[in-house]
Parts: sequence; C-alpha cells; structure tokens
Amino acid sequence: MTALLSIRDLTVAYRRDGREVAALKNINLDIAEGERLAIIGESGSGKSTLALAIAGLLPASARIGGRIDWFLRQPLTLGAKAPPSVLPDISPARGEIGSFTAGPFPPTLAIGESGNESAISPLAGEMSGRTEGGVTERRPRSETVTTEPKFAPLGGRDIGFVFQDPSASLDPVMPVGKQIAEVARTHLGLAWPQAYAKAGNLLERVRLPDPDTALRAFPHQLSGGQKQRVAIAAAIAAGPKLLIADEATSALDTIVQAEIVSLIRKLVAEDGMTLLFISHDIALAAELADRIAVFRHGELVEIGATEQIIDAPRHAYTRALLDAHIGLDVEPMLRRAGASA
Amino acid sequence: MSVLRRFLRTPEAIAGAIILAALFAMALSASLLFPGDPQAIAGPALLPPFQDWSLPLGTDRLGRDVLAELFHGSRTSLAVGLAAATAALVIGAIVGTLAGFAGGLVDEVLMRITDAFQTVPGFLLALAFVSVVGPSLGVVVMAIALGAWTGPARVARAEVLSIRERDYVAGARVIGMHPLEIAFREVLPNALPPVLALSSVIVAAAILTEAALSFLGLGDPNRVTWGGMIAEGRTVLRTAPFLSIIPGVALVLTVLGVYLAGEGVVETTAVRRSLS
Amino acid sequence: MSSPLLTVSCLAKRYHRGGKTIAAVEDVSFVIEPGETLALAGPSGSGKSTIARLVLRLIEPDAGRIQFEGDDFFALSGSALRARRARLQMVFQDPLAAFNPRATVARVLDDALRIHGIASRTERPRRIAALLERVGLNADLAPRAIHEISGGQRQRVAIGRAIATNPSLIVLDEAVSALDVSVRGDILNLLLDLQAKERIAYLFISHDLGVVRAIAHRVVILDAGRIAESGDARAVIGAPQSAIGKALVTATPKLHRTTAS
Repeated sequence: MTALLSIRDLTVAYRRDGREVAALKNINLDIAEGERLAIIGESGSGKSTLALAIAGLLPASARIGGRIDWFLRQPLTLGAKAPPSVLPDISPARGEIGSFTAGPFPPTLAIGESGNESAISPLAGEMSGRTEGGVTERRPRSETVTTEPKFAPLGGRDIGFVFQDPSASLDPVMPVGKQIAEVARTHLGLAWPQAYAKAGNLLERVRLPDPDTALRAFPHQLSGGQKQRVAIAAAIAAGPKLLIADEATSALDTIVQAEIVSLIRKLVAEDGMTLLFISHDIALAAELADRIAVFRHGELVEIGATEQIIDAPRHAYTRALLDAHIGLDVEPMLRRAGASA
Repeated sequence: MSVLRRFLRTPEAIAGAIILAALFAMALSASLLFPGDPQAIAGPALLPPFQDWSLPLGTDRLGRDVLAELFHGSRTSLAVGLAAATAALVIGAIVGTLAGFAGGLVDEVLMRITDAFQTVPGFLLALAFVSVVGPSLGVVVMAIALGAWTGPARVARAEVLSIRERDYVAGARVIGMHPLEIAFREVLPNALPPVLALSSVIVAAAILTEAALSFLGLGDPNRVTWGGMIAEGRTVLRTAPFLSIIPGVALVLTVLGVYLAGEGVVETTAVRRSLS
Repeated sequence: MSSPLLTVSCLAKRYHRGGKTIAAVEDVSFVIEPGETLALAGPSGSGKSTIARLVLRLIEPDAGRIQFEGDDFFALSGSALRARRARLQMVFQDPLAAFNPRATVARVLDDALRIHGIASRTERPRRIAALLERVGLNADLAPRAIHEISGGQRQRVAIGRAIATNPSLIVLDEAVSALDVSVRGDILNLLLDLQAKERIAYLFISHDLGVVRAIAHRVVILDAGRIAESGDARAVIGAPQSAIGKALVTATPKLHRTTAS
C-alpha cells in the first residue's frame, strides 16, 4: 500500500495563560492510501489536535514542530480556479511562529487562493503560511511542481472534514444545497447550475430523504442526524482524498450513530477515500477501522491492525481502555454491588 | 494585578485612566486646595486667565475664583454622574432580572413600563421631574436615573432569558432553592457583564444631563456645577468667552475620559472571556 | 408490603409548534421500588429527558399523575414542593453546565445543606468534608472553583450535592455519557455503592444500552414518547421484542465484529 501522508516528529503546543501546554509530542505516523485509520483516546489525548494539524486547521496561536509530508499522485485538480498566487503575508506573527517549526512542512502552496471560501477550512490560508516555515522559504508553485513529485493538499478539496457538531459547522442562514454547491463550485470549478445538480446528487448519496426539498432547507429544519449527513455531503463534495471525521457521531444517539458510521463506510469504499476516524469509543472504532492508533496525553501509545489492538493489545493503557468498555457482553456491575451489600 | 496590566495595554485605556485619575484628584483635593466657599468673591470681576497667579484661571462676573469653581464643580459632576449611573444600573438589573426570570404576566407588565419610560426622551423626563420635585442633588440623581435605567433593564432581561434555560438553574431548582434566590444569586451575577459594559455610556450621559440641567438652572443652587458655570458665562460670552470655554473643556475631557476608560474595561473583559 | 417509591401513571406532555401538536411524552406509566434502578432508554427525541424533567417537576405535565413517597407529587407547590425536593435529586449529563460558573465546590454543597436546614452554619464545613469523602474526593477540594477541577471530579461533586439531602430517588440524566471511559466505570461503581449502602433508587436515563445493562435492574424502552417495551434489563436487552429495542441493540457498537461490514 502506498502512503498518502507521513507525519514525522509532529509536536503541537498551545499557549494558555502564558504557559505552553503540549497537545502532541513527537508523533510519527503514516497513513496509507485508502485505509481506514481510527484515532482513539480520551479527552486531552491530542486526537483532535492531530486531526486539525493534518487538515491545516490549527489556530494561529499553536506552536508547531515536525513535518507532515503528503504524497498526492496526481497534480492539482484540473478544475481549480486561477493559478494561485504566492500567499500574501497576512499575519505579522507568521515569521515568528514559522521560525518555531523544526522542519518546514513540504510546500503547501495553492492554499491561500482568493476563491477558497469553503466553509470547511476557513483557516486554511493562514495555516499554510504558518507551516511553510517563514516568508523566505516560500517558493512559487510552478517551481515546486517541477522539482517535487509531491503536491500540497488543499483543505476542502483534498481533505474533507466532518466535525462533531453539525449545527456549528453549517451556516445557519444559508440553504444546505447552496453550502454543498459552494464547495463543488470553489474546488471543482463548476458553474452554479452544475454545482447544484452535484449537490442534489450528493444529498441522494448521503441518503437524505427527499433530496430535492432538502436542497432548499435550512440547517435548523433538519434533525441532528440529517445535519451530519449534509455536513458529510459538503465534506466529500470536491472528491477529497482524505476524509477526516472528528467525533462525527458523538453528539448523535446510538441508532443514528450506527447509520452515519455505515454511511461513512459506504462512501469511503465507493470513492476510494482514505478515512481518518477520530473517536473516544474504541468499540465504534473497531467496527469501522482497518487500523487503530491509541493516543494518550499527546503521545501515540500503540498502533496496529484493529484485530491486534482489540484481541492482543500490547500496551497496558490499551488494555485498560478495552476493560473500561461497557458493551452488551460485559458482566453486569449490578450483581457485584448486590453481592457486596 | 495582571488584570490592571491588561487594562493598561491599549493607549485609549491609558488616556482614559489618566483623565479619570486627574478628575478624581481634583474632586478629592478641592477642599484642601480651595478651602472655604468657592462661591465667595475672591477678586475683581471678569479677571482674564493667566493674569494674576493667585487666581490662575481668572474670575467670573461676580469676582469668584474660576479654578476653585472648576475643582468644586468636578465633585458635583462625578458624584451625580456615578450616583445616577449606579442607580440606573441597579434598577435596570433588578427589573430586567425579575422580568426575564419570572416571565409571563410579570414580564409583560415590567416590560410595558420599560417601554413607557423609553418612549419619553430621558432629558425631558429629568427636566419634568426636577421642575416638579424641586432641585437638589438627590432629586437630580433620581431624575437622571429615571431616564437611564431602561437600557440596562433590556440588556439584563435578554441575558437572563438565555441563562434561565441553563442546566445549573434547573439544578438550583432541584435542590429546592427559593426562586428569588435563584434569580438574584445564581442568575443575576452571570447576567451582569453585558449590563456593566453599558456603564461608561450611562455615566457619560449622566454627567452631560446633569450639566444640561444645571445650565437650565435646574441644578442644586447651593453647589457649583460646570453646567451652571457655562450658563453664568453665557451672558458675557462676547467679552469673556473663557468663562464658558473652561468648564466646557473640562466637561468634554471628563466625558472622553469615561468613554475611553469604559472601552478599556470592555476590551479587558472581552480578552479575559476569550481566554477562558 | 411496602408501596412503590415512585408511581408514574398515564403521563403526557405535548408541545404546540406552528399550529401542530407534538406529543413529547404520551401515556407513560411505570413504578420505581425503593433501592431499585430503572433505566429509561431510547433514541433522541423518544421523550426520556422530558420524562426526567416531568418527574422532577421542572416542567408541568398535560396529563397524568405522579405519586412520590405516597403523596401526589403534582399537588405540592411552593415551600412544600421545595422541601420535598430534598428527597428527589438529579445529576445532569454535563457536570460543567450543571453548576453556576462562579461556584466553588464548597458553595455547591453548602447550598444543599443550608436550604434544607440539614446542618447549622458552623457544622456545615465538616459536613461538606464528609460529603466529599463519601463521593471519593479529597476534602481539600472544597475551596476550588468548579471550572478548575476535572470532569470526573465535577460529576462526583454533582453526586455529592444530590446525596447531601438524603434523597430516596436520584434522576441520572445521561450522567456518565459525557465522561471518559476510564472515569465512567468509577462513577458507576460509586453510584452502585451508594445504592447498596443507602438504598437510593435511581431513574437512569441513557441511550447507551451497554451501560443500562450493567447498572439497571429494569429498563423501559421508549420510542417517540411512548413505551415500546419494558422489563428486566438483561432480559429485554438480551432479546428485545419491539422494533426500536432491536434497532438499539443492533446499533450498539461491539468490540468484536459479529456482523460483516
């Protein structure tokens, strides 16, 4: 299997009350093309930070070290709009932050183009500038394309991101059809009518009942599960290589969660996407993923094939997580307490 | 300590703080630097400023020391401004909290009363109130507060409406807390920050209203006020414009200082909020 | 024979929205015996949280009766209701949202003791320390602000507040759903210990059948505001009869893949 991206010595720290708090410590991780990788961990494990780092969505105040290398085989999507110019230096702090990075990320150009209005990655432009390692290291895109066999990913086009709370990630005053069509228009260069047709198709693919009506619906008219389906449709609208689902089912009830998980499984298989599934629920991860990576306190504790992690965990923490799982096959706790009474 | 440092980070806040500090120093030192009645005759009438260094800002039509009047007038402006704004915020917060928390008929009645007060311009209300009750410091404070409490009341009500749906209010009910205690101990303190953000505007408006009332001769006649000084100077505006200009500038600086410091406070709390 | 602790009969709550009437809860009846755990399970929108709020009288029903400790609970009002609340407590899903953001641990517990006159002002600090120890926390935690302590500690404080007034029934509304898995087991064990020692009954609301099966004696499965089925928790979850029961069991994530994807 070929690698889609490789993460080397990734370290992320947030500044809080003047102190620095490490969210990720020296993470090394390869994600293979087409695999379904689950990242599991408890709160504070750094799993969401990893997702944001891969998508280039970390807040500007985060201190980043290490590198993320992408291996995108085909050049930038043909439909992409005007050749992206070199990023304007928008943030005065950029140079300072960039100098923190141990090794610059591979060229992440083409990210700050003005047409990038995808609701999914509002920070992409800023992020790219930051990870480049400072103003001086920026190179024009053409040069990069000829000298490097890698192509930089673009949030929204090459990476689809599904957040936990769909009501926060969808624009409350825009019909959902338009929100999806906008992604298709921005990244695939479609005209509005085609973009809308594509949005209709996508809503059908995410199995929203009555997609034609749903195109014109506003987020508040949909249920939580339906909103998450719309968010997924928007995330895959541009045909991304990588779909990141960050606790995408945690706010939903069990039945809707199972539906969304099977939807993600189906879409990933159909489009040949790579899936990064972030969850706190090891059982849910086991149902969906080929491989599971266990995170704790910002460190990668253990990574392995799902069967190995579930049946033969090597690390004590993984075992503890498995033991703490309360499934339908677990011995009821009630009996123990009753016996002790 | 760090709060104060954060507050003093913007130049606006520093300027506001300096102006307000100077104002408070004036008010506090007035009776030390200028003991005795500021309305007593101190020298020849209509002495221009910077002529006699015992009377640096000159004298008015009756030969009173302008600098002494300015210092004593700052007391009235500050006292009335702060007292009226405090009264307005307290009344507004209580009315808004009761209306928002009780809902139903209580809300309806209180908000219609608020509407009634809001439709009458605040200054007219104050004018009418002082003319009827008679001018004294307390009445002027009440008169100004009467026109200014509706803003805080509306903001407090809107905030309370969102807070009362939170889990911790349900939690307080579950442990059997009395509704009034829930309203004023659990809900009101958390509804206060946006209400307090209004305070700089209200203090500034109260100082101006007080000056306007004094200008119209409806201030406390036994106290020196800047508005009264401006009115006094008006009769000799052509020959001695400094008599109106000096208290006018003092008034402008005071209002500016209150605004700037208020902005600084709002910004400081906003930063703290985004941090938490 | 002792009578049930809580008897809910024909409870109904309807909302009116845009001229339409939506039944959030319709014709729901169940009983809870002293010292028993009854779970309410169901998908979102099935009415479980509405029932919790009705039982606690945070909202008023459109029909039905609730008898609590032999009295008509809906007939109580004012100070009589507030006094009776000591016996019927609640723990919320999000322990951060359940407390005043300005509160300290001590104040939260002090309120409960003060309102119900359980301890005098001078005696309260000692009682607070004892409560903290009963829920497995260090008494040093008392002066800390609620937002400074961890999620698991907060939920223990919430349980401490609930048991401060010696309740006979505690409503647990998704009380462990927001907790990390490693903390969740500890909290469930704490709840079971308290139940064993003090015969507190629980109305345990959850969408997680795994947890329900682990902690509840009986379960009521709800669908669209009505009872779909009810019975012994292990029996119902082991062999659900209703469509919604089957769907919930199927949808519960399992560590070992039983069905091919």
